[in-house]
Amino acid sequence: MLNLKSKVLGLVAGAAMAAGVLAAPAKAQEPIKIGILHSLSGTMAISETTLKDVMLMLIEEQNKRGGVLGRKLEPVVVDPASNWPLFAEKARELITQAKVAVTFGCWTSVSRKSVLPVFEELNSILFYPVQYEGEESSPNIFYTGAAPNQQAIPAIDYLLAEGVKRFVLEGTDYVYPRTTNRILEAYLLSKGIKAEDISTNYTPFGHSDWQTRVAAIKRFGSTGVKTAVVSTVNGDANVPFYKELGNQGVKATDIPVVAFSVGEEELAGIDTKPLVGHLAAWNYFQSVDTPANRDFIARWRAFKKNERAVTNDPMEAHVIGFAMWVKAVEAAGTTDATAVRRAMIGIAVPNLTGGISTMMPNHHITKPVLIGEIQENGQIQTVWQTPGTVVAQEWSPHLEGSRDLIADHRPPMNCGNFNVRTGRCGGAPR
Amino acid sequence: MNASTRYGPGIISGRLRPRPYHSALRGERIGYVGALSSCLFAALVSFFLILAGPARAQDNAALVQRFATESFNDIVGAVNGLATSGSPRAAPVIEALRDGRLVYRASDRAVFIRRPDNSFVNALTGDPAADIGTTRPVRLNNNVRRAIDAAVGALSLLHPDPARRISAAEAVFKSRDGTALAALEAAIGQERDARIKTLMEEARAAVVVANPQASEADRIAAIGIIQRRGDQDALAMLGSLPATTPPLVREAAESAAVGIRRTLAVWEAGQNVWHGISLGSVLLLAAIGLAITFGVMGVINMAHGEMVMIGAYTTFVVQQVIRTFAPGLMDASLFIALPMAFLVAGAIGVAIERLIIRHLYGRALETLLATWGVSLVLQQAVRSWFGPTNREVTTPSWMSGSIEIGHLAITANRLAIIVFAAIVFAALLVFLKRTPFGLQTRAVTQNRRMAGAMGIRTNWVDAFTFGLGSGIAGLAGVALSQIDNVSPNLGQAYIIDSFMVVVFGGVGNLWGTLVAAMTLGIANKLLEPYAGAVLGKILLLVFIILFIQKRPRGLFALKGRAVE
Repeated sequence: MLNLKSKVLGLVAGAAMAAGVLAAPAKAQEPIKIGILHSLSGTMAISETTLKDVMLMLIEEQNKRGGVLGRKLEPVVVDPASNWPLFAEKARELITQAKVAVTFGCWTSVSRKSVLPVFEELNSILFYPVQYEGEESSPNIFYTGAAPNQQAIPAIDYLLAEGVKRFVLEGTDYVYPRTTNRILEAYLLSKGIKAEDISTNYTPFGHSDWQTRVAAIKRFGSTGVKTAVVSTVNGDANVPFYKELGNQGVKATDIPVVAFSVGEEELAGIDTKPLVGHLAAWNYFQSVDTPANRDFIARWRAFKKNERAVTNDPMEAHVIGFAMWVKAVEAAGTTDATAVRRAMIGIAVPNLTGGISTMMPNHHITKPVLIGEIQENGQIQTVWQTPGTVVAQEWSPHLEGSRDLIADHRPPMNCGNFNVRTGRCGGAPR
Repeated sequence: MNASTRYGPGIISGRLRPRPYHSALRGERIGYVGALSSCLFAALVSFFLILAGPARAQDNAALVQRFATESFNDIVGAVNGLATSGSPRAAPVIEALRDGRLVYRASDRAVFIRRPDNSFVNALTGDPAADIGTTRPVRLNNNVRRAIDAAVGALSLLHPDPARRISAAEAVFKSRDGTALAALEAAIGQERDARIKTLMEEARAAVVVANPQASEADRIAAIGIIQRRGDQDALAMLGSLPATTPPLVREAAESAAVGIRRTLAVWEAGQNVWHGISLGSVLLLAAIGLAITFGVMGVINMAHGEMVMIGAYTTFVVQQVIRTFAPGLMDASLFIALPMAFLVAGAIGVAIERLIIRHLYGRALETLLATWGVSLVLQQAVRSWFGPTNREVTTPSWMSGSIEIGHLAITANRLAIIVFAAIVFAALLVFLKRTPFGLQTRAVTQNRRMAGAMGIRTNWVDAFTFGLGSGIAGLAGVALSQIDNVSPNLGQAYIIDSFMVVVFGGVGNLWGTLVAAMTLGIANKLLEPYAGAVLGKILLLVFIILFIQKRPRGLFALKGRAVE
C-alpha cells in the first residue's frame, strides 16, 4: 500500500518535472506581467490615475528597449475603486490569477495596510510610491515614497530656521496625518517649542467648509510670534482650504502654510495667485531643472499627448521604483519574488533631481528633500534642499516604542521590526 | 485680517482684491497696467529720492550687483541696501524683482530687468540691452517678499493711487521700519483721506512703539493708538515687542492687548454665527432640490448629489467656451452658467424620471437602489468624459477677496452664495404657491387620485417636478463650484447632508428645509471651534437621531389628510 502510494507519487512528480522542462522554453517567451493597483474611480482616482498612466509609459518604454531578461513586459491594470477592502481582493486577484511578478500601487496608507497581509502571505512584491507616516517595514513592500524624516522633519527644520515659533498642525482625520503629527509634536517639543504654541486639529476627508478653521488659524497666528501651518490635509479638501486661505487673505509672508500632500497636480485645479509663497515639502518638483527631469517631462507630455501635463513626486517614485525593479530582476536573472527581494537591496538608480537613490536594507530609498514655494503659474520652486540624499528612518526615533526598532531585510536579520533593546524580532521572521 | 482691505471699525466698505481669471490670457493687460503704474510710481519715487541725495554711480553698481546671487539672504540684503540707498534705480529694480522680472547673467554678475514686452534693460542704467545671453531669474522667497513689501511700502506712501497708499501704510505697520518714519511724517502731512490718514498714523505708532530710542511717554501714547485699531494685526504688533522693551511700555502693551482680545472675543462670536449662516446657505442650496424630489414627491433620489455635480461641470464647460470665444464675458460667466446648469440638470432629471423612477413609484427600496446606481453611472460617465482630476472653475473678480465690517471678515464668495440661496428659496416658494404649475404640483402631492380626477396629468406633473428639483440642484452646483472641488465626487459630499436637512426640517415643507439648514449650519459652526469638525458633526448627527425619535416627521410636520 505504502509502496504503491510512493510509486504513484513518484510518477506524478516525474510527470510534473517533465512537463516543467517541456514548458520552460515556451515560458521564456511569455511576457512578464506587472500589476498596476491604482484606483481609477472613487475619491482617490484624482491622484492615482496619473500613476497608472506613468506605469504604462514606463512599461512601454522598457518594451521598446527589449523588455527585461529578453521577455516583454505586460501591464495588468485593475481598479480597486478607492475601496480599501477591494484593494486586498484585487491584490490577491493580481497575484494568484494574473500571476504578476510585481505590483506597483496604492496611495493611501489605509490601502497599503489592507494589501500588506496579501503580499506577505503570497510572497509577492509591492512598490508603494507615496510619502507616508513610517512605522512599518514589510519584507514584501518597497517604499519609494518619503518616510517622515525625508519630508516632514526637514520641513519643520526649515521653518524653525526661518524663526517660526508657533505651529498649527492641520490634518485630515486618518492614520497618516495622525501619526505624522504625533512625530512632529514630539520633535517640536524636543526642539524647545512650548506645548501651548502647538495647535493640532483634524478635519474629516473631503472637508469643504474651512471658514472656521482659517479664522482660528489667523487668530492663533496673531500673537506677534511667528506662526506657520503644517498641513497634512489630504485629497480634495485642499482646494477649498487654499481657496479660503486666499479669500481670508492669509498671506505666505504672514502665516506660511507648508503642505506635505499638495503637489503640482492638486494646484492645477486652483487659482494660485493668492497662494504664492506658501510652501510644499517633497522629494521632487516638476520645476527642478536637471537634464533627467527635462527629458522625463518631455516623454510624459508626449505620452499623454498634452503639452501642459504636469508631473509630481509620486510619479518620480514610480520611475525610481520601476528602474530599481528592472535592475534587480536583471541582477537576479529571474522574476522570482524571493530572489528579486534579495537583489533589490543596494540597487542604486539615478533619480530625476540629479542624484542617486539607493534601496536600503530597510526597504526604503534614499531621497533628497526639497522645500519649495508655490508660484503664480502653479509650479513649485525650490527654496531649500538637503545637500545630499537622506536615508529613511522607517521607525521614528521621536516616538516611544518605535525608537528601539530597526528594519534590516538582509540575512541573517531578515526582520522589519527588530527590537535592539530586547534583541528580538518583534514580528514573525520570514 | 486682510491687510489690503482693512478699514476702520464700523465702516462698511471694501475693495475686493481683483483676481485675474486667467493669467495667461490676461498677461498682456496686466503688463500694460502694471507698466503704467510703475512708470508713474518710478517717477515719483525718483523725485523723492533725488531730494534725499543722489548716490554715486559706483555705489549703485555695487548695490545692483548684489542681486546677482542664488542666496536668499544676500538678496534680502540687496533689497534693503538698495531701498535705503536713495538710488533712483531702487524703485524699478525692486518692482521688477517683486514681479519676477529681474534676471542676472552668471558670468559677469550683470543684472537686467525684463520688460513686459520681453525686451531687457540694464538694471543699473535703465538703458536697453540686447543679446544678453543666458540669464537666470533672481529668485524670490517669503523673506525676500517681506523685504520687498517693506521697501515698496516705505517708497509708495505718496503714491497717487489710494489703494497703493493703503497697502504702503499696512506694509510699514507690519515692517515697523524706523527708516520709513520721515516718509511717513511727510505722507501724514499731505494725506487728505481721513481713513488712510488713520492707517498711516497707526503705522507711525507701530514704528514709534518698536523704536528703542523713542521716549517711554511717546511709546505708551503710540500703544494707545494701536489699541484703538484693535484688530489681529494690532495684537500681533503688541505681542512682538522685543525683550529689551522697558517694563512700563511692556505693561501698557500687555493691558492694551488684553483689551483688544476682549473686544475681539465678542466679534468672534459674531464671526461664528456668520460662518454658520454661510454653511446653512450652502446646505439649503444643496437640500432645496431634494426638498422637492424627496420632500414633495417622496422619491428617495440618491442621484441628487450628481445633479449638483452636473451643475458644477456645466459651469466649467460654460467657462471654457467663454474663455475661447468671449474672454471679456468672464465676470458674467456664472450668470450664463445658471440657466444652462438648470436646463442641463433639469433635462437629465426628467430623463431619469421618465426612464426609471416612474416605473418604481411606491417602491421606496427599489427607487433607492436604482437611483444609487444612476448616481454611480453619472459619476463614472463624468470621470471618463472630463477625467478624474479636479477641473478649475475660475472665480469672477467680484466674488474673490473679503470685506471687513468692524472686525468681521466677510468673504465675497460666501456672501454671494447666501444671497443666491435666498433668491432661489424665494423664487421656488413663489413658484409653488403662485403659479398654476405649482398649484398642480401641490395638488398631486397632496392627493394624487383626486388631482387625477380633476384632470391634472399626474405623470407629467411628476416628471416636471422631478426636473424642477434636479434643475435647482444644478443651480446649487454653479454656486458650489465656487467653494468646492469640481470633481466627479462633488455630489457625494452633499447627499447625506441634504437628506439630513430635509428629514430634520420636515418632509414636504420648504420652510422647514430653510429652518433646518440654518439651524444645522449655525449649530455646526458654533460647535466646531470647541469640539472640532469631526466631533461637531457627530454631535449634530446624534442630536438629529434623537430629535427624529421624538418627532419622526421633523420640525414642521405636514398635518391633516396629506400625511396619509
